[in-house]
Amino acid sequence: MSFLPACKELDRQPLGDMIRNFGENAVLRALDKPTLSSEDYMALLSPAAEPHLEAMAQAAHKRTLQHFGRTIQLFTPLYLANHCSNHCVYCGFNARNDIPRSQLSMDELRVEAEAIAATGLKHLLILTGEAPNKAGVDYLEEAVTVLAPIFPSVSIEVFPMDEADYVRLIGAGVDGLTVFQETYNKELYEKLHPAGPKRVYDYRLEAPDRGCRAGMRVVNIGGLLGLDDWRRESFMTGMHAAHLLHAYPGVDIAVSLPRMRPHTGAFQPAHIVDDRQLVQIMTALRLFLPRVSITISTREAPEFRDNILPLGVTRMSAGVTTAVGGHTKGNDTAQFDISDPRSVDEMCSALKTRGYQPVFKDWEPITSPGSHEIAR
Amino acid sequence: MNDLFDIGGKSLQSRLFIGTGKFADDTLIPQVCEASGSQVITTALRRVDMDAATDNIMQHIPEQMTLLPNTSGARNADEAIRIARLARAMGCGDWIKIEVISDSKYLLPDGYETAKATEVLSKEGFVVLPYMNPDLYVARSLVDAGAAAIMPLGAPIGTNRGLRTEEMVRILIEEIDLPIIVDAGIGKPSEACQAMEMGADAVLVNTAIATADDPIAMGHAFGNAVAAGRQAFLAGPGATRTLATASSPLTGFLGGGQS
Repeated sequence: MSFLPACKELDRQPLGDMIRNFGENAVLRALDKPTLSSEDYMALLSPAAEPHLEAMAQAAHKRTLQHFGRTIQLFTPLYLANHCSNHCVYCGFNARNDIPRSQLSMDELRVEAEAIAATGLKHLLILTGEAPNKAGVDYLEEAVTVLAPIFPSVSIEVFPMDEADYVRLIGAGVDGLTVFQETYNKELYEKLHPAGPKRVYDYRLEAPDRGCRAGMRVVNIGGLLGLDDWRRESFMTGMHAAHLLHAYPGVDIAVSLPRMRPHTGAFQPAHIVDDRQLVQIMTALRLFLPRVSITISTREAPEFRDNILPLGVTRMSAGVTTAVGGHTKGNDTAQFDISDPRSVDEMCSALKTRGYQPVFKDWEPITSPGSHEIAR
Repeated sequence: MNDLFDIGGKSLQSRLFIGTGKFADDTLIPQVCEASGSQVITTALRRVDMDAATDNIMQHIPEQMTLLPNTSGARNADEAIRIARLARAMGCGDWIKIEVISDSKYLLPDGYETAKATEVLSKEGFVVLPYMNPDLYVARSLVDAGAAAIMPLGAPIGTNRGLRTEEMVRILIEEIDLPIIVDAGIGKPSEACQAMEMGADAVLVNTAIATADDPIAMGHAFGNAVAAGRQAFLAGPGATRTLATASSPLTGFLGGGQS
């Protein structure tokens, strides 16, 4: 069963009010437990938890150290195309935005990939807008065939697709899937996505389930913080991750915590998430789900990224451009502005200074047709 | 006393195996090896990057160590077998620690798939050390499959919760005629010592050393604790009693046989 029925049920609840009604005792009880229930998680997201942020941070640090050690896995995104038929009001790729549109040819992709590989990075996340007639499954499959011999791990953050298409891409060498629901508030979701295929909330919500069933090794989810009440959104994200963990025990479940960034367009987030609130979200999530990977991207500023390292983070992007071909051609088609422009070398140096080991490679392909296969 | 530990054609003086994961800096590894006295080190093949000019974990593993690559990331027997073959093809030797885990929440090993991989790989000449739940039936199937030792967990990986499976490990020590290496969950030197006192042949420790404030000092402490536990086991601890032996017994007046 997918997350959809549980999500619909939760969506009917006044979650924001429920979270705001927790008292200090519930917070202290949650902080004292080795295993947290969904009610405990709610308590840690509540206003009553705010005075206990330091205790949450200490506990989250301990759990993260225990399960992940002092290591941070590095990856970088590669934008393949920015054609898009969606009208997401908060996104620079919105079909109505007058920006230069482009798509990498396989030769251009190879050059871009080699530029990234030269930095030492081994984990790659490829992205597109949603334009299946231009950058559809055939194009992605061809691109992955180019990338798989160069990178031991290739993940996708593209449009949601059917399970059979995920199976096809896994066969080409994809091992990870990222799908952000953006907001779990269905009514708001429909307002923010006025036109285009992304408008179908249920199909997007069930994409992580389809990816898990198809055999993805890692499935990464998240909401876009800023669109709706962050307490409610964070609770829903945690419940979504908990569902996936329970339903697909063989899949590594990961959560990203992206905050809204400036982009091409006039949209302003209605619910700004400040630094203290992001720390509360991350530490509550770490205590609720101690083994999930947590990603903090270059949407965040360098100093903030460095300071939150001990609080639950396990994966970071580095050497990032959000433009198509941005690693070799420049930055004029960026999806959004990044805050941490540090190179891979600079990121490694910053991590080491803080007592963390940057991990470039954390996967060896064993089922893909890439060059790593050992024939019998 | 010359108490060597023979396994897979090697004689080891240290009964502490260590890991390479979770360190803040891989350059600590040689110092931890030296301080702990360990001679066997495990590393996840998925993290080995032979192409990297620098920062390849293999560069930090001292030559005198016996490398025990592990199949971390494998979710079934077939994947574990592929990783083992890959490890051998990459020059990592014939020792392999089988980890088959398809539970990302608790990271508990799949005994059935582990036994299948063990059978295939032992026939291919690998020295197979399977990570397992301390279950007698699984242990017997691993013996039949050709394992060189078995590695029962003390507690789930990375938890540092100690020897939670003590009673089950004790049964394996009594019943299984293979070396027993307690793996996973050991959080303190005292717990490693406890496992050795019980009669385990060795212990594997990673998280407790790698995430200590001073991994080198903690490696040293674990080396000493494992040696102490082994010595205590060999020395034959005195019997324990539920009741005290009174110096002025209440039945002394009976005088039976003691006159």
